[in-house]
Amino acid sequence: MRRRRRKWKGALGWALAWLGFALVLFGLIDLVGSVLWQGLRSFRFSMLFQPTQGIAGGLENAILGTFELVLIGVVFAAPLGVLGGIFTSEFASPRLAAAIRFVAEVLSGVPSIVIGYFGYLLLVLHFHWGFSALAGGVALTLIMLPYILRTTDTSLQQVPLLQREAAWALGMTRTQAILKTVWRPAASGMATGLLLAIAIGLGETAPLLYTAGWNSNNPSLALTHSQVGYLTYVAYTYLDEPYAQARQLAYAAGFVLLMLILIIQLVVRFVVWRSSARGGRSAA
Amino acid sequence: MRKVSKAAKAWDRGFRVLAAIGAASPAVFLAAIAAIVLVESIPTIRFMGFHFLTETRWDMGNLYGALTHRNGITAPAGATYGALVFIVGTLLSSIIALLIAVPVSVATALVLAYRVRGPLGFLLNILVELLAGIPSVVIGLWGILVLVPWIANAFAPFLKSILGFIPFFGGQTGTGYSLLASGIVLAMMTVPIITATTRDLLQQVPVLAREGGLGIGMTSWEVVRYIALPYIREGFIGAVALGWGRAMGETMAVLMVSGNATNILPQNLYSPISTMAAFIANQLDSAETDASGMAVHALSELALILLVITLATNLVARWLVRPRRREGVMAS
Repeated sequence: MRRRRRKWKGALGWALAWLGFALVLFGLIDLVGSVLWQGLRSFRFSMLFQPTQGIAGGLENAILGTFELVLIGVVFAAPLGVLGGIFTSEFASPRLAAAIRFVAEVLSGVPSIVIGYFGYLLLVLHFHWGFSALAGGVALTLIMLPYILRTTDTSLQQVPLLQREAAWALGMTRTQAILKTVWRPAASGMATGLLLAIAIGLGETAPLLYTAGWNSNNPSLALTHSQVGYLTYVAYTYLDEPYAQARQLAYAAGFVLLMLILIIQLVVRFVVWRSSARGGRSAA
Repeated sequence: MRKVSKAAKAWDRGFRVLAAIGAASPAVFLAAIAAIVLVESIPTIRFMGFHFLTETRWDMGNLYGALTHRNGITAPAGATYGALVFIVGTLLSSIIALLIAVPVSVATALVLAYRVRGPLGFLLNILVELLAGIPSVVIGLWGILVLVPWIANAFAPFLKSILGFIPFFGGQTGTGYSLLASGIVLAMMTVPIITATTRDLLQQVPVLAREGGLGIGMTSWEVVRYIALPYIREGFIGAVALGWGRAMGETMAVLMVSGNATNILPQNLYSPISTMAAFIANQLDSAETDASGMAVHALSELALILLVITLATNLVARWLVRPRRREGVMAS
């Protein structure tokens, strides 16, 4: 009797676990499926080469604007993050390293809208940059920086100490050791982190609402005082419009965005899987 | 033997300084964010005092009329800034999200950690991680396309019919743009976070402990229930706190499905709400139009409160999931 009850309990428990798992998978598939399906029906290739006009038109301005913002974000975030990661892993004492990691984690926990509002207060209002590419890019920097720092740090930590000691034994300084040998095995992990940070930047909306503004023309080269459009804005705003055309544009924007991010994510996973299958280091 | 050249030493020192600057930058940014948001919210703090936290009415006042003065602060006549609605909305929606996400995440993590392996396990792991990478705007899009109509037409009436006798479940079922929709959308975003951490924790449970359980005749479920889950308890609570912080700070998806209620507390599960983050995102226009600048300061205080709440949950979470050495297997 008792044994049977225990068996039943176990079966029930695992059944519930599988049920929860199935729910997650179903949610994911439903989400990706319905957004891709709606997007495919609304997407026209001509949208890629047309700027937005009023409530309709294309997405060229938004796509270019997204790339510009992410590029500016990466230009600031990548050097700071990579250098910071190198410092954390290679130069800092264990306690200092723990402190830096902790601060980076805390920064990544700051809600993105707070970062956006901070950008608005400091850059848009105090610095008088106005809604601009630079303000949006800096806001994205704050989102990406802790992520890049952490992935650089973790992939450097996986390089065996032996490799450093070999380099030091050759009479290299710590800097030479890092720049000549230690970074090589960690490179794939760092690149993965950078790509995923870009994927995060592409999908952000909240930090940009208050910093980048919106522009239905293609982005100009002016860094300040010129608003920029971006994809997530289209997806968010045009969905509320009562016109079918506008909503189609929103679906198409969501579609392009999702495709970009899925491609980056899948490429990254595939590369990680390949390198770990070959017995290389598994990254980040 | 050649000595290390002077130039190489200078390079070394220079690079160290550069790297240190990079490592210090998160701290600098964090301090800057906290300082700016705090300084900008001082006028509202003086204007509203504690009423900011206890009043439900958020009114910009008459933007084109006379100005009033209170506590040395100038504001549009009739302006009052009470954030209670948004604080309640944030707490309720994130708690509903956790109520859904915690069991589902544990289930998913158990399956991922103990039940699938090999290529299939790899694939399923990737799928769950993919969910974490989906932008919140896209989740909001799904919310509007699929979730909100489903809640309005099917789920809310269904819930009401079986649980309607409980106060919060009864009443008007509304349009679907609701507390419930916000909670579900937030659950979608917290599940991958909690799942990933819990799965990693479960994989750290020593095999010996699990095999010991099997060896004394436990079923595999009992091993999970009496050995694995107790073993990861603290870390798991940390993971939940981490997910909670994320859920409270989430903006876009909630903004799109919450119904953006202002000045009214939610009456039931199906009422529209607004969260602090969503309200800030929604109020760009009023921040731009208020010539006295009070709207900017009021939103700043909202951002400050959000920052404090999320940082507090984050700190607690980090403290709980911090890596630590364990003495014995059963020390929990």
